[in-house]
Amino acid sequence: MNGTGASLRFSVSLFAMTLTLLSGEGMATTVIAGQSSSGSLKAPIASTEIEKVEDGKAAAGVFPPFASPGVWPPPVHDQAHRLFTLVDVLEYRPRIGGSQGNDDYRWDVEGWYGGDYNRLWFKSEGQRDTAFKADYDVDFQLLYGRFIQKYYDLQMGGRVETQSFKGSNVTRSLGVIGIEGLVPYNYEFESSLFIDQNGALSARLSFNKDMLLTQRLIVQTRFETNAAVQRVEKFSTGSGLNNLELGFRLRYEIRRGFAPYVGISLDRSFGETATLVREEGGNPSQIRFVAGVRMWF
Amino acid sequence: MKYELLSRHSLLNRVVALSLLAAVELLVHAADALTNTTLDPSSQTALSGDVIDLTISEQLFSLDGRTAPALTINGMIPGPVIRLKEGQQATLRVTNRLKERSSIHWHGLLLPPAVDGVPGVSFAGIEAGTTFTYQFPVRQSGTYWFHSHSGGQEMQGMYAPMIIDPIEPEPFQYERDYVVMLSDWSFESPETLLSNLKKQGGYYNFQKRAAGEFFADVKRIGLWPAIQNYLMWDQMRMDPTDFADVTGYTFTYLMNGLSPVGNWTGLFRHGDRVRLRLINAASMTFFDLRIPGLKMTVVQADGQNVQPVVVDELRMGVAETYDVIVEPVEDRAYTIFAETMDRSGYTRGTLVPRPGMSGEIPDRRTRPLRTMEDMGMSMEEGMDMGDMKDPHAHTTIPAMDPSGNTANVKGGDANQKSQHTEHGSGLQHRQDMPDIPAVDAGEPRRSKIPGAEPVKHGPDDHGPGNQMVAEFSQNRMGEPGRGLESSGRRVLLYTDLRSLAPYPDQREPEREIEIHLTGHMERYMWSFDGKKYSEAREPIHIRYGERVRLTFVNDTMMEHPLHLHGMWMHLENGTRAYLPRKHTVIVKPAERLSVAVTADAPGHWAFHCHLLLHMEAGMFRVVEVSEQ
Repeated sequence: MNGTGASLRFSVSLFAMTLTLLSGEGMATTVIAGQSSSGSLKAPIASTEIEKVEDGKAAAGVFPPFASPGVWPPPVHDQAHRLFTLVDVLEYRPRIGGSQGNDDYRWDVEGWYGGDYNRLWFKSEGQRDTAFKADYDVDFQLLYGRFIQKYYDLQMGGRVETQSFKGSNVTRSLGVIGIEGLVPYNYEFESSLFIDQNGALSARLSFNKDMLLTQRLIVQTRFETNAAVQRVEKFSTGSGLNNLELGFRLRYEIRRGFAPYVGISLDRSFGETATLVREEGGNPSQIRFVAGVRMWF
Repeated sequence: MKYELLSRHSLLNRVVALSLLAAVELLVHAADALTNTTLDPSSQTALSGDVIDLTISEQLFSLDGRTAPALTINGMIPGPVIRLKEGQQATLRVTNRLKERSSIHWHGLLLPPAVDGVPGVSFAGIEAGTTFTYQFPVRQSGTYWFHSHSGGQEMQGMYAPMIIDPIEPEPFQYERDYVVMLSDWSFESPETLLSNLKKQGGYYNFQKRAAGEFFADVKRIGLWPAIQNYLMWDQMRMDPTDFADVTGYTFTYLMNGLSPVGNWTGLFRHGDRVRLRLINAASMTFFDLRIPGLKMTVVQADGQNVQPVVVDELRMGVAETYDVIVEPVEDRAYTIFAETMDRSGYTRGTLVPRPGMSGEIPDRRTRPLRTMEDMGMSMEEGMDMGDMKDPHAHTTIPAMDPSGNTANVKGGDANQKSQHTEHGSGLQHRQDMPDIPAVDAGEPRRSKIPGAEPVKHGPDDHGPGNQMVAEFSQNRMGEPGRGLESSGRRVLLYTDLRSLAPYPDQREPEREIEIHLTGHMERYMWSFDGKKYSEAREPIHIRYGERVRLTFVNDTMMEHPLHLHGMWMHLENGTRAYLPRKHTVIVKPAERLSVAVTADAPGHWAFHCHLLLHMEAGMFRVVEVSEQ
């Protein structure tokens, strides 16, 4: 990507130089060029093309020439791209005495690369020894996101889901369309609609909200629910409402981007899904204590 | 990496001239500055003459025991004071010893566009390893400053004062003259700050409303009103504690390059009138400055003479300057106390009769809260939505004194004299001028301030990059600003500012350009009219020679210091012929504020919010003055 950008900029510079030579006055007012998008707060490194144009500066005139951003570096770098990774959940869930199941762990990561409007999003969730039949349940999404409305990104892309059960894996790929953002009352909101390779439709909705006990001691309330139109037995998914999950995590922000936490998570499966879980020897209603760390960078 | 450590000796070698006063200053500070910092930031040695050489380089900067690389002008933070004379031809040769491009912009100076020093607007910047020569006639006098206009370099230490002595004698007297330059320093890089804010708008705010404050509010105003108020802000997805994007969490606030621990000190003798040239050179910080025990007589604003106003406290927007005269009479130390607008930190210095003294640090104030007025909602609406009726939530609009500030002026009889003469001649001058009809019939010295009545916002919500609009915008120049309302102190208001002499161009603006200040705190996007610099294809066009009104409408919930290069902004504050000239104006949340501009400088000029990260995020435009 950088290579293309550089060569594009190079050709724009050449074009500007040509114009400059043609007009003979160091004026290149007609060049409209995209700005460098790799900018950061560092002042841009000069290129030799730019210097040549500058040599012809004719600033003494009453109306000095106005070079376009393609010829001179832009005065500000408001299109810089950044990389954001939020590890919202990375936790250990000890086995509760008397109940079935093992110690397990879980993660929920998302992030983006891009500017203010266009971003490449990635999301991953995974857990071991789920309430369902699987030993592992891992999910990865890659999405293009567009900032469409004050608080919302529209996201589109693909998802791959893998579950393993007693040594054998099942995998499916799904198309995703979703909206993520901040709804009134400051709830982080994420909704996705999935369609898998066989046309089965499912949906996921989540909310979370922070409440400040102190400036650094924060309770995060997390709510997530899944639903499906069709029954997909190999993924232990019944039709209708699949499950509801409600979690409370109390974190301490040692730094903004690093906060250990403890919490409790309630997960309950419903309807056909609950039946499938029971058939597989799982427990459709679970209360788990969690301990982990929330990070972003 | 290898850093040059400048010795005191070589520093002195570069000093072209030392005023007697400055020499005394140097001696006073030599001892403590050297032990305290690697560089010597507090010396007020001035460079002057026909040719001045400046060198930009990376140096180590030490602050309260921590050391980090900084970008410096002549090896100092702030850089050296430049002292020019009105009428001279200035030649400033700037050598860039950095590995990256750099620039110097002369803030507030009227000069040809090619030497204004904004990369991408006036020139390409100063390449690494090269020298750029700025040459221009000095057409004004007063207190100014200069700084890098490249990326985040200014925040990394590239700023310095500039003093221009007038040809005519000053209309006020003083025995001592000090620059007091306020700034903010972070050990995090500017890019880190911006990146953190892009990822979490409230990253640096550690004064949010938490549970403890909620229960205190319940106790004070009752359970239901408190819940209503908290829910209201949550519902709007706004944070009423948002007063500074970057706070004392990362910033150390400096006075003349010294931290509060370093304690910059200025000497006075009993009976001295001390001129303080206050410059807010911070990248992201508004300061409220006062000197407990002393009244300050404001004699210049943004380098331009104003009719003297006596105040207790000043709110200084980023890049603004005020010259004040103080008369310390007691044999004690006076603290110059500059608290940040969000109250997350402060810097201080001391005026002392003898070296080695240190003044008391006043009690810190609690951070204020935004109100419905800052959101541009009408009062009734605010009440309905459960606005809190605590002292912070109130806005006092001090009654305007139609006779001006004469009543407030105490001391400095010379000042008063000149003020009266100017008033007289000014009035006569005004009678020849075409007037705004009707409104001023009963009040000859004040005209109506544009935006005095609330104006409803149009249908344009400025797109996704703008979080909210001020449903009603209104002029707020008569308000001291959030956090200063009920202090009992006399705070300088924009309506207090009156130019000492009327400006030659008294035309009524023939055209109005409305510019909305827009942004999104959650995503840390900042723009004009909802468009970042890169999204705005056209410059703002002003016809050469015209007198134009720029009306700024602040749709955000933050104060923005707007800076126009190359031309004065005549603040339309109702003072008729005496509109004060400013290079930087604070526009309050939900405020509608107008300035008149005489477009006498052809070329391309930068116009931007002077909060460095807002500018870098896109709150920037080019103004084109040309004949078409």
